[in-house]
Amino acid sequence: MLEIKDLHASINGKEILKGINLTVKSGEVHAIMGPNGSGKSTLSNVLVGHPAYEVTKGAVTFDGKDLLAMSPADRSHEGLFLSFQYPVEIPGVSMVNFMRTAVNEQRKYKGLPALTAGEFLKLMRQKREIVELDSKLANRSVNEGFSGGEKKRNEIFQMAMLEPKLSILDETDSGLDIDALRIVAEGVNKLKTPETSCIVITHYQRLLDYIKPDVVHVLYKGRIVKTAGPELALELEEKGYDWIKKELGEQA
Amino acid sequence: MQIEPNKYVKELTQEKYKYGFTTDIHTDIIEKGLNEEVVRLISSKKGEPEWLLDFRLKAFRHWQTMDMPTWAHLDIPEIDYQAISYYADPTRKKDGPKSMDDIDPELLKTFDKLGIPLEERLALSGMAVDAVMDSVSVKTTFKETLMEKGIIFCSISEAVREHPDLVRKYLGSVVGYRDNFFAALNSAVFSDGSFVYIPKGVRCPMELSTYFRINAANTGQFERTLIIADDDSYVSYLEGCTAPMRDENQLHAAIVEIVVLDRAEVKYSTVQNWYPGDSEGKGGVYNFVTKRGNCKGEGSKLSWTQVETGSAITWKYPSCILSGDNSTAEFYSVAVTNNFQQADTGTKMIHLGKNTRSTIVSKGISAGRSQNSYRGLVRVAERADNARNYSQCDSLLLGSRCGAHTFPYMDIHNETAVVEHEATTSKISEDQIFYCNQRGIPTEDAVGLIVNGYAKEVLNKLPMEFAVEAQKLLSVSLEGSVG
Repeated sequence: MLEIKDLHASINGKEILKGINLTVKSGEVHAIMGPNGSGKSTLSNVLVGHPAYEVTKGAVTFDGKDLLAMSPADRSHEGLFLSFQYPVEIPGVSMVNFMRTAVNEQRKYKGLPALTAGEFLKLMRQKREIVELDSKLANRSVNEGFSGGEKKRNEIFQMAMLEPKLSILDETDSGLDIDALRIVAEGVNKLKTPETSCIVITHYQRLLDYIKPDVVHVLYKGRIVKTAGPELALELEEKGYDWIKKELGEQA
Repeated sequence: MQIEPNKYVKELTQEKYKYGFTTDIHTDIIEKGLNEEVVRLISSKKGEPEWLLDFRLKAFRHWQTMDMPTWAHLDIPEIDYQAISYYADPTRKKDGPKSMDDIDPELLKTFDKLGIPLEERLALSGMAVDAVMDSVSVKTTFKETLMEKGIIFCSISEAVREHPDLVRKYLGSVVGYRDNFFAALNSAVFSDGSFVYIPKGVRCPMELSTYFRINAANTGQFERTLIIADDDSYVSYLEGCTAPMRDENQLHAAIVEIVVLDRAEVKYSTVQNWYPGDSEGKGGVYNFVTKRGNCKGEGSKLSWTQVETGSAITWKYPSCILSGDNSTAEFYSVAVTNNFQQADTGTKMIHLGKNTRSTIVSKGISAGRSQNSYRGLVRVAERADNARNYSQCDSLLLGSRCGAHTFPYMDIHNETAVVEHEATTSKISEDQIFYCNQRGIPTEDAVGLIVNGYAKEVLNKLPMEFAVEAQKLLSVSLEGSVG
């Protein structure tokens, strides 16, 4: 589904990603862990096409198509979703208006007719139940005045609405209490199908207690330095990242 | 961001003004220039009574003593008032006199194309229209239906002929010809506009609207509208306007006067979409307009709502004189400027009566290299006990080459007054746009969505059909502005 080859990217002339190689197949859940500043958020931003980042080398294919050649909106239409670490507030734009525009843009891209108001509201009602958001959601402005937990639930709600093939969860667990974490994680699991994949970016094992990864990667200084099964996350939780740094030091 | 700005801006600003066509029709245009003879000629073409000619001549003589105002935050190129033709009549056929039922099909087609069908069976439901092209009213729909309730809705020229007493009583009573430079000019040379009279106790059963269209080149349009709402009446009035795309600037200097009597209510909504000029700042309409209402009656109410997207330069301050006790006035405005447009717009709320209340909500949106100013005055007179005003002025910036300015003035002479003023300035952030992009909403649509959200409070005040149109217009006006 996703194939990243030797990806280099920089921001303001500073190289952050220094040759990422990663393959995610349909139905897989990959966790990307690593210390602060290792390039985890840069990787997710580059994949969704944030204009502040510049890809200097490498290639990314998504379902066989050249991802890097697509506009950010088309990457979304093709089925790539990012649950933002810090969802932005958009005052005055109601969730219902925002999501309706988003869903209908996707349908337009796929050559489908726009949903009627009735169809859309029904869909919205079904999907918000997945993350236990209440009916007031529809009329609230996008993320405005949302608590930290509500913002993250709102991200997963949007994921449910857009039904992406590949979802990237960028530190979705940060700032969540244990109940909110459970709701968010269960939401992600309910949306999981054998055809969809997930990249979970996190510092901590606790999210991975709920969302079980097939593969765990460690990103360090812009490179993936270690890849293993779910047991790697437990090991990191126990030992921290120092032993990996040491291991690398020994190799160097 | 993702767009090549120059190419994009050019394509969109050139193409998206969809009202920029011209109508090829024989138009009776008087010679360029302005002098007493021209004023007399306009008056005689309209077959006006002596008192009105006198009014025009007094205004003209006064105008000659005045200079163009320079206090606005506007850069207005010098206007040669002798290079403009002051009267253009597209309804006058070369052969024979015109009859009311004999409208040139070209004119009907023009208004059809603008989305304003003039045949009553095709009309938007619940809306009567007075269609004005250049200096002349082409047709007023549903006149007879309205007359059954005693409502007078016609062109001002017709009102002068058919209802001279009403016109004479109120014309110039809210905006005198000495008021300002453009008011004096308008009073001297005004041509058509609408006249509305709602009799006592009548609630007007449909929206009344006037559609102004400039067509002829090198002419000015000097509309004059007069609305009188008698005791306990209600009317909602809408105004729309468009003009062809031309490289020369065109002058539109209008006066709108509204008189609101005891417990009456008038809602006046404008969607102003005059040609704004091209992306290089060439051409466009100069919109220098004086609009004012007098809440004369006890408990009367006047509400101005304006969506200003067009014109190269806008100089416009729809105002209210709250002379009746317990009267209420509102001003809701969205003003958008893009490319090289300039707008200096706002309102004046003059509290004279006791327990009067006014609300001002102004939302400025600037993009491109445009300049957008809010200018407002709240005056509370000595005898206006317990006056209340709430003003909110927000500015939204797109890009870093445009300007937003706020000039609020307060002049309070009564210590029981409560006056509040809030102002904010914000910018559409790249992060907001990217968030929309990631959800599949392209940048242009994202800007439209965000801007419409920002302006919602004002758009909600518009009648339904207008609100939808205004929303689209806001998005279109700003297309190509984020790059």
